[in-house]
Amino acid sequence: MKKKRAKIDKKGKKNDEKNKSFTKKQKLWLILSGGAIGLLNGFFGGGGGMICVPILQKVLGLDAKQSHATAIAVIFPLSLISAFVYVINGYISSFPLLSVGLGVVLGGITGSFALKFLPPKAIRIIFAIIMFVGGIRLII
Amino acid sequence: MNTFLTIILYAILGFASGIFGGLGMGGGTLLIPLLNIFLGFDQKLCQGINLVSFLVMALFSLIIHFKNGYIQTKGIFYIIISGLALSLLGSFLAGALPSEILKISFGVFLCILSVVQFAQTISPKGKKDKNKGK
Repeated sequence: MKKKRAKIDKKGKKNDEKNKSFTKKQKLWLILSGGAIGLLNGFFGGGGGMICVPILQKVLGLDAKQSHATAIAVIFPLSLISAFVYVINGYISSFPLLSVGLGVVLGGITGSFALKFLPPKAIRIIFAIIMFVGGIRLII
Repeated sequence: MNTFLTIILYAILGFASGIFGGLGMGGGTLLIPLLNIFLGFDQKLCQGINLVSFLVMALFSLIIHFKNGYIQTKGIFYIIISGLALSLLGSFLAGALPSEILKISFGVFLCILSVVQFAQTISPKGKKDKNKGK
């Protein structure tokens, strides 16, 4: 019985996702988290996507691949506005931007194709550890 | 020759973080500390470079993800609207603070993110769903 119920629930959820209607609670969550993502992404010049992924998964019920790809679509307009402010304030110089940017673009294209084979847990854990060490290094 | 090597080095660092960016795993959270720690760039320059290069990279990866059918536009409008307003605030706030403070706060931000990601990766998703069902 329980299993059957679970199945129906899951189907119901999927149907809800297909319809465009969202509950007030969902909308509130999306708006609040959007604010947090924007604030952090603008302040730190990145990292908003990492907060966006779990929110897309929990609030909108997207799967891992969808949420990773959709996070990029969400962050894009936010980063556009922030980049504009950074450029106006004169923080960016062209030589490092062009050479680093070239690498980022090529790497990004490679990574996008690789999303089909979403990285295994081991890589994510290593990535988290590298981030932690980097963070400590910046604080010190 | 020296300039050439510099370009290569910069591009390699960019490439490494670009891969994670394209995966939607937070390329910027890797690029910014890399540029800061290994190349000694100013924190604001790192953040600016990340923002601009992300934009160009995202154009390509969005096209690829869209073709693969991974982009779900339902509901993201709400996130974007409030996000736009506060990203303006965030950017100006970053500009108002000295780079050294920005750098330390970014370090704290990184540590928190990494712990959260670590916890998320380890916790099995199946278990959570079962608990909700009960």
